[in-house]
Amino acid sequence: MSRTPRQIGEEVWKTRVEKVNAELVTLTYGSVVAQLCKDFGNDYIQVNEQLDKMGYNIGIRLIEDFLARSNTSRCRTFKDAAEIVSKVGFKIFLNITPTVGNWSQDNKQFSLIFDENPLADFVELPDDGKAINELWYSNILCGVLRGALEMVQTQVEAQFVSDVLRGHETTEMRVTLIRILEDEMPVGDD
Amino acid sequence: MSFYLAIIGTKDNAVYELEFGTYRQGGDGRPRFSADMKQLCPFIVHSSLDILEEMQWNTSVMHLKVIDKFYNYLISSYITAGNIKFLLLHETRADDVIRQFFMDLYDLYVKTLMSPFYSVDQPITSAVFDQRVKMLAKKYL
Repeated sequence: MSRTPRQIGEEVWKTRVEKVNAELVTLTYGSVVAQLCKDFGNDYIQVNEQLDKMGYNIGIRLIEDFLARSNTSRCRTFKDAAEIVSKVGFKIFLNITPTVGNWSQDNKQFSLIFDENPLADFVELPDDGKAINELWYSNILCGVLRGALEMVQTQVEAQFVSDVLRGHETTEMRVTLIRILEDEMPVGDD
Repeated sequence: MSFYLAIIGTKDNAVYELEFGTYRQGGDGRPRFSADMKQLCPFIVHSSLDILEEMQWNTSVMHLKVIDKFYNYLISSYITAGNIKFLLLHETRADDVIRQFFMDLYDLYVKTLMSPFYSVDQPITSAVFDQRVKMLAKKYL
């Protein structure tokens, strides 16, 4: 009986996921980022924003797929949600399990530490001095998390704080809980 | 013993070049070309491109071994599937060793190509690539 998030993730990955060639994903994502950089004239701040927006659009749709495949029940705490995201979510879609760590005092912030990132295999950032300080290559993942969690009533902010492509030791994403969304009446409905 | 390596792109443009010396028999890896030779290296290597381009259609292997001679210097070459040419100027024959060197260099080149920010025929300026080529040179030559 699959209990722990890790076991659930493994089981779903083995049975209910169709596999695709990893290099295809890496090269496709690479060409998306490279094309965005060209289109925005190497304005890496804009590229980061666009990647985040794209990720958001993916996330709001991906959550349905995730819930259908994994059949997990509602998370009781933000901590549970973090475990599910890292052990089941990332496992199903990228076959990686980033480590959850660096919880803040009020349990509203945590870090996802990636020891491997299939999106960034073989990538070397351009040598123009700007990219290495401004571009978050895997920023789409931040958008995906933001979008997916928003659809389950959890408003978060996700940002990279370090990236091996930029020369740091690890690739780390900081996720902050903004608020739990209650169902709201649409404006002007009375 | 000194070597001069050049990687030439599909439009006969220079993609990468490196001078180094042998690490064997106590060599310290520094090239010892005379001042004249130093200037001539790129020219010699480029002049053998014509011969290479003629030969490439007659053979089905990638390693073209020695294709040209200049006084006592030999030029070996290797052509990749994407029509990128590796040319090595050297003094003594060492076909097998050079072939292995070229094959590992091809491996490195493909990894460089995999980066979305690198396009074919672009000069390779990465310090990491440079370092790895030097390590290969140390290993084989």
